[in-house]
Amino acid sequence: MQETHPPTNTLSRTAVNQVLWLAILATVGFILLMGLLSWASELTGGDSGTLSGIDADSGTVTLALAQEPPQLDSTRSTDQISGMILGHVMEGLLRYDEHQQLTAGVAERWELRKNGGTFWLREDARWSDGKPVTAHDFVFAWQTALDPANASEYAFILYPLKNAEAINTGQAPRDQLSVWATSDRVLEVELERPTAHFNKLVAFPTYYPIREDFYISRDGRYGSDAEDLLYNGPFQLTRWVHGAHVRLEKNPDYWDHERIRLNVIDMPYVTADTTASVNLFKDGAIATTGLDAEALDNALKLRWKISRFQDGSVFYLDFNFRPERITSNYNLRKALQLVNDPSELVYKVIKIPGYQPGVSLFPGWLNGVDGLFRQEYPPPIIQPNIEKALQYLEIAKQELGVNEIPPLVLLTGDSPFSNKHAEYYQNLLNRTLGLEVKIDKQIFKQRLAKMTAGDFDMVAAGWGPDFDDPLTFADLYASWNRNNRGLYINPELDRLVRVAQNSLDPKTRMDAFGAIQSILYEDVVILNNYERGIVYVRDSRLQGVVRRAVGADPDYTNAYITTAP
Amino acid sequence: MWFIATTTFIAMHAVPGDPLTSERATTEQIRKNLEERYGLDRPIFEQYLIYMGNMTRGDFGISFTQQNRRVNDIIRDHFPVSATLGILAIFFASLGGILWGALTALYRNRWPDIAIMFLVILGISVPSFVFAALGQLALVNVNTALGVTLLPVAGWGTVRHMIVPSLVLGLGTMAFLTRLMRSSMLEIMNADFVRTARAKGLPPTRVFLMHQLRNAVLPVVTVLGPAIAAITTGGFVVELIFAIPGLGRYFVQAVQQLDYTVIMGTTVFYGAFLVSMVIIVDLAYGFVDPRVRMQ
Repeated sequence: MQETHPPTNTLSRTAVNQVLWLAILATVGFILLMGLLSWASELTGGDSGTLSGIDADSGTVTLALAQEPPQLDSTRSTDQISGMILGHVMEGLLRYDEHQQLTAGVAERWELRKNGGTFWLREDARWSDGKPVTAHDFVFAWQTALDPANASEYAFILYPLKNAEAINTGQAPRDQLSVWATSDRVLEVELERPTAHFNKLVAFPTYYPIREDFYISRDGRYGSDAEDLLYNGPFQLTRWVHGAHVRLEKNPDYWDHERIRLNVIDMPYVTADTTASVNLFKDGAIATTGLDAEALDNALKLRWKISRFQDGSVFYLDFNFRPERITSNYNLRKALQLVNDPSELVYKVIKIPGYQPGVSLFPGWLNGVDGLFRQEYPPPIIQPNIEKALQYLEIAKQELGVNEIPPLVLLTGDSPFSNKHAEYYQNLLNRTLGLEVKIDKQIFKQRLAKMTAGDFDMVAAGWGPDFDDPLTFADLYASWNRNNRGLYINPELDRLVRVAQNSLDPKTRMDAFGAIQSILYEDVVILNNYERGIVYVRDSRLQGVVRRAVGADPDYTNAYITTAP
Repeated sequence: MWFIATTTFIAMHAVPGDPLTSERATTEQIRKNLEERYGLDRPIFEQYLIYMGNMTRGDFGISFTQQNRRVNDIIRDHFPVSATLGILAIFFASLGGILWGALTALYRNRWPDIAIMFLVILGISVPSFVFAALGQLALVNVNTALGVTLLPVAGWGTVRHMIVPSLVLGLGTMAFLTRLMRSSMLEIMNADFVRTARAKGLPPTRVFLMHQLRNAVLPVVTVLGPAIAAITTGGFVVELIFAIPGLGRYFVQAVQQLDYTVIMGTTVFYGAFLVSMVIIVDLAYGFVDPRVRMQ
């Protein structure tokens, strides 16, 4: 811009010359400033470098993170990003393999009994400082997670362990936990009650080991920075610049290091903006990116190879069952159920491949006795029927003693997506039943506060699985579950949840889940919306990446780079 | 400072919701454990006194969302990034603003003036996230066309990462300064002392630099202080799009997540920053304008 020449001769030509002279001066100043900044930026840390998304020579894959992990103490982590990173740098007793099967992790063999189990640890499992991983490390980690002072949000996932809940509620000291290291390599576990999915739980991050002496040496800073962690997984964190850069390098001390083919997983970009990560992908700076609706159109035009995947979460509308709310009326809910059309929502409104119309609280990927749960216990098929719905609505009006149903409050989030979703329902209920819907758009924390206070008639809700068992969904509407924010109370459902929790027989448990599924339909506890899909593009040279609904996702531990493009 | 801290504290606690809630409801006991850990189980006035006491010692506490990080560390790590970006943006903005402004004044009502003023209106009215997205897209296209990464699309660390984001960030301010510079320049061009300077035979260069520019730049210096603060704190969108680890991102996220300590820390820090910038500008005034010094 400084070099702009005026095309015409004017009386102030000298002045223009002076502007130019000033511009030259400024340019020199600019170069000096750049030099200074370049020096200063070395001090502020963080270096995104200019490596390409995939570097076959060094075995490096470069990725972007949507946000940085809040911290990486496995006893306290709750979010998906932390879970992904922890899944790469840590290993529990068992782990999920690339076919989503449980397989040996730190434990080389294990035996589960009705009220407990024994895990035999492998000899060559090591921490990244070379010391062996012992049974004591698990005992310490589990006790720490349950210690009330640690205030772990996921402590409840350890409650199947005997005395765990008493410790977490401060009624017993932490050494009362019925988990013992009978030797360095044998871990004995006693359970509070039979837990059919206990083997799946030990693969969960809260069950990862932590070495006591190291934890204590960090003096409350365990998991805050790369050097405040000890690793026993396939990778180790070698760089963590907050908000800017996370770098994983292959862990040479990992017992199964021959399985790991990538050398470096570099994540030098942290941005929640999909457009930015799509641009990075287009530029070849990163190896994969998720796509939103807008980016998807573009990607189709560019003929990118688009992959889809279901992340395992289900979404639905929750009702408020508090007696003073009109949604506590069965016939009103029934009327809403009869006009609810998840297919229309998914195929005509959301229009992102990978999304599936919701038919049940239990998503399609859950396993039943032998095969998929939903094939063994097919959910009822709801045919939209406006006439019947209007009949139910009439009964509801009579029961409620009103001429017109007052406006329904639909509580929802503030993203463009939740907007579209809520407006669809507003339109649908008006079009079919003549009902008025007031959309209550709230930012995250305020929405949670209103949900907990019961300040809604309907709320857009969803649930993602913690472990690979229908129970992770089935107890959501138990009367004691705090996520049951509409306060749905049904003794029969409570009983079925207890049956599923306490039984070891797969058939008995699945029957209970099947019955719960029926209750949710019969009593119209929820309106099914969709099962979430994820669309993404990936550089075709990167192979072997595993996407999963439960556990570290995406999983790069089995990934490799092919040299052929 | 005390006023800023107190009003922020009150406003923050008046907002429904709290930093400990998450999508997954916690059991009563786990929630109690969390409250004890963060001291939220105490009466609100006691929390206020504890907080103020710590703040006077320069301790902003520990973040709720970045669970093991002290707010002081967050500010220390991320403010320099925002400041670097902001300084560069201000540099672009003031340099461009003064040059373009002077140029439009010299060419008043001729086509360079009209063209630049059109761009200025565009720059003022189009929000920065549009420029950020366009700038990034342009980078991608240029890189693809050239086949090499001329400038990185996003990220942070080298000077090459800074150029486009700071240009984008400074664009609005540059447009604003151009307009300001133009009007003050026009005012001064026909002033008596300029005519006198010309009449006494000073070389045009000297007239322009010492008489016209120096006087015209005064209003620009006045707004520069608030502009620096606005740019340094307002880079949230640019930081998000260009994946820059600046403080703006933490500031906005903290409000969304109701991260009490980070909200307090960053607000008080930014408040102090704004005040000190205004003071610095007042001092700088003395250098540019001898009349201020005399008084």
